[in-house]
Amino acid sequence: MNQPAQSDSSVVHISDLSLEFSTDDGPVQALAGIDLDIAPGEFVSLIGPSGCGKTTLLRVIADLETHSSGEILVNGISPSEARQNRAYGYVFQAPALYPWRTVRRNVMLPLEIMGIARAEREARSARYLELVNLTGFENKYPWQLSGGMQQRVSIARALSVEPELLLMDEPFGALDEITRDHLNQQLLELWRKTEKTVVFVTHSIPEAVFLSTRVIVMSPRPGQVMDVIPCNFSKDRTLDIRETPEFLEIAHRVREGLKAGHSYDDD
Amino acid sequence: MIDRLRREGAFLPVLTVVASLIVIWYAGAVYLNSTQLIDRYQKQDINWDLGRLATDAWRMERPVLPSPHQVAIELKKTVLDKRVTSKRSLLYHAGITLSSSLLGFVLGTLLGVALAIGIVYVTTLDRSLMPWIIASQTVPILALAPMIIVVLGSVGITGLFPKSVISMYLCFFPVVVGMVKGLRSPEPILIDQMNTYSASPTQVFFRLRLPSSIPFLFASLKVAIALSVVGAIVAELPTGGQGGLGARLLTGSYYGQITMIWAALIVASVVSALLVTAIGRAERIALRRLNGGQAVTA
Repeated sequence: MNQPAQSDSSVVHISDLSLEFSTDDGPVQALAGIDLDIAPGEFVSLIGPSGCGKTTLLRVIADLETHSSGEILVNGISPSEARQNRAYGYVFQAPALYPWRTVRRNVMLPLEIMGIARAEREARSARYLELVNLTGFENKYPWQLSGGMQQRVSIARALSVEPELLLMDEPFGALDEITRDHLNQQLLELWRKTEKTVVFVTHSIPEAVFLSTRVIVMSPRPGQVMDVIPCNFSKDRTLDIRETPEFLEIAHRVREGLKAGHSYDDD
Repeated sequence: MIDRLRREGAFLPVLTVVASLIVIWYAGAVYLNSTQLIDRYQKQDINWDLGRLATDAWRMERPVLPSPHQVAIELKKTVLDKRVTSKRSLLYHAGITLSSSLLGFVLGTLLGVALAIGIVYVTTLDRSLMPWIIASQTVPILALAPMIIVVLGSVGITGLFPKSVISMYLCFFPVVVGMVKGLRSPEPILIDQMNTYSASPTQVFFRLRLPSSIPFLFASLKVAIALSVVGAIVAELPTGGQGGLGARLLTGSYYGQITMIWAALIVASVVSALLVTAIGRAERIALRRLNGGQAVTA
């Protein structure tokens, strides 16, 4: 077993992980036999139809759900310890901003909770709002911002914790296509600048292929990994690569993986 | 207030309703006082018509239902013409009622908030406390009030506090119900987010749950403040002539001074209305801040 040695260098190490929910209709197998190792600096997308457990898997990594069996380590320690160490930043599907706080104070919220000194809080909120191009909006309230801007605030807030790992759960799912393209480009730049490890849940094939170093295709009932597709485009790619044959080929493979998951369901 | 009514185009409808209520009141005064008057006409062999009946009905000394202007005159006598410190001034009595309802309101709100926090944070309390809280409100307050006054009086507690206890008893209930709902109102995503920050329960309470409960709190406070006035008046009934609007109501009914009762009732409702309005103002300011300066309709 070389697993422990491998997990030392992994940001996320998952082996044979399963999760069972108990519902009124009996137990539901949400995740079954998941194996996954994520190296530092990777951008890994989890893609699959609704109910495939991609969000659940992300929540297990974040210690918002507890797995039933198998092993999971985040930074070499248990997810619960990692959460207590504030090892990751989590971006939810909705911006989840506090309406009574200004943009700046929304970004400072986790820092207040961590007990970080005021001067440092101010400095970090300014730095990360600049990183998501929101300088000048510090004193606005959430309702004064568009949906895309609100989601950028929530990304700045997750970054302000300065985690090595960024967990993102369909952060752009509720946005229109144009805004989403724009934010994808920005997120890619952000990832390049900060060299963070990102785990990104999505149900958009182009989004997953464009952003990721690896795409994990998942299928439902029980949630499991169908295919792992590496897609190493150059780091300074632009949205234009989505027209290239290499991109389309990978997108095709992702689609085939998703289809395989569905036919499995029909049997 | 009038400005707002005018702005919202509600001025004419409100005026119409008030005018028709006054007309109905005058008609009611004729109808309800007629038995007594017709009786007297027959005994004294007086020829009468509807006009005579109406004028007599509107100026009786001891009417069953006094007419609006009689109540207005009584109000002028007891509100405007008397010094505020006089025991005959309704303002003096309103002051007594107001102070015990405000104290009861504050105590009831504190108790309600404390119970709600207990219910939200302690599972055992969640299961055990709520049935008792609901049961407490099924006991008629009129039956309970004298006992509270007597019991507290026998241990040497008299004056303002026992009356406030009765207001508190009525007030805490809407506050508990509203605050339990309010403290539980943050969306799961926001609670999850707090968990990702590994925030302590205290941090979650002050930064998320408490601010989220403010709209619910104010809805409850509006009910509670009106109830606190009712509680204070009910509490003043068994204490007899000690003062307060409740005492005035009781004195009025002892001496058959129906006009006095009506005047006290009107002052009591004005007091309630002012308090509810004050809470409404505070609510609008609070909700505005809570929504980052965006105007909100409560």
